[in-house]
Amino acid sequence: MALLDDKPAPETAERSRERPEVTIVDCGIGNIRSVQRMFEAVDGEAEIVSEPSAIAGARRVALPGVGAFDAGMKALRDGGWIDPLNHAALVEKVPVIGICLGMQMLCRRSEEGVLPGLGWIEADVRLVDLGGETRLKIPHMGWTVTRPARPNPLIPEGQGEQRFYYVHKYRAVCDRRDDVLATATYGTEFTAAVHRDNIYGVQFHPEKSHRFGMALMRRFLDIAC
Amino acid sequence: MLSHRVIPCLLLSRGGLVKTHKFAKPKYVGDPINAVKIFNEKEVDELMVLDIDASKERRGPDFELIEQLAGECFMPLCYGGGIRHADDAKLLFKLGVEKVSLQSAVLHSPAVIREIADHAGEQAVVVSIDVKRDWLGRPQPFSAAGVPIKQRDWRRAVADAVANGAGEILLNAVDRDGTLAGVDRGLIAEGSAIADVPLIAMGGVGSLADIRAATDAGASAVAAGAFFVFHGPHRAVLITYPRYDELRALWSD
Repeated sequence: MALLDDKPAPETAERSRERPEVTIVDCGIGNIRSVQRMFEAVDGEAEIVSEPSAIAGARRVALPGVGAFDAGMKALRDGGWIDPLNHAALVEKVPVIGICLGMQMLCRRSEEGVLPGLGWIEADVRLVDLGGETRLKIPHMGWTVTRPARPNPLIPEGQGEQRFYYVHKYRAVCDRRDDVLATATYGTEFTAAVHRDNIYGVQFHPEKSHRFGMALMRRFLDIAC
Repeated sequence: MLSHRVIPCLLLSRGGLVKTHKFAKPKYVGDPINAVKIFNEKEVDELMVLDIDASKERRGPDFELIEQLAGECFMPLCYGGGIRHADDAKLLFKLGVEKVSLQSAVLHSPAVIREIADHAGEQAVVVSIDVKRDWLGRPQPFSAAGVPIKQRDWRRAVADAVANGAGEILLNAVDRDGTLAGVDRGLIAEGSAIADVPLIAMGGVGSLADIRAATDAGASAVAAGAFFVFHGPHRAVLITYPRYDELRALWSD
């Protein structure tokens, strides 16, 4: 994926063990405090950073987001986050997790807006497809059973029923079946989580999904960096 | 499978938790932080906390208390009461609240809905509409805070809230509040048909069957107070919440 432009890569601070286990991006679009609390609830150290330069040297990166796609991408772009994030995810290859809108922004583009996404996952974001189920409303809001699509470190198979809290109008549609980590059904089956190499994304809110979310956050921290 | 949310609704008054009866006679039921901890342990779908004094007293939210409550919630938290403008809402989101519930602010200026939705997304904005039946049984919009209501047709109020950017409607049947006497199905059915966003039905839930009745009438989610904090004929305070398998069984057919 040739996503980096010609500018020199941001200076790479050595990935120091002194940095917390996870660095949470605060570009003004996420419920970052809840994400930090959830990492702390599973004995993780999580820092919130509001300066893009602080991404360099991060051990893991969490990209939370709520709201509209273009508002999120604009916040990343105008805040100067895109280059440091590209560097962390694609060059340093640190584990990254996008949450809700954060997951959608990992994709190429969204029907919801006109700005390009980060493009790390080969997927487009489309409106939720209710499949003609007239009793359902958009957004999909609530707890939904989520099934692993293949063996993976975040939502392991054979752990019994796992459910997570969702609030979304749009969903990712992946080009490659392999990139789909988990699925759930609301009207029709949709991609609940994506994964490629070191990059993870979840459509639901693990930070608001009590013990299921806690277990997922712990597993993300257990991914080697 | 349909996944309906079942939401305990806690009322704050003078620093404590209370439960009202038809919006009056608040009875003290306990310490808010302790109650939130218990609901968190019970893995409730979502939690709603409403400060019933704030708007009446023309004051803002108790941000310090809300931050403490949010710190105990590993599930979505909706807060309502005394939110005057978008800046109050922004601060609440920063403290870890997922959704804000608005009523008085909307009666003063409906534009506040869009302002907050533009910042945090429509899904984060709940508009609360209280409806009370008059002596002829006709549903009328009601403001416990005593704010003048320009839109006297509650159906229009629901439609307007959605058009203005509400991500959810909280429809509260005032006459059923705290009665445990069953939900107002007609009201819920009408409200759900008008709102093309999720509707949370509140007021009157006294059993699991009442919760099912509300979703059968079209509600996406059901909120209740007394049902989750009182137990037995003498209304002893006891915090309860149905087990997941009980809720799943409720919608299994």
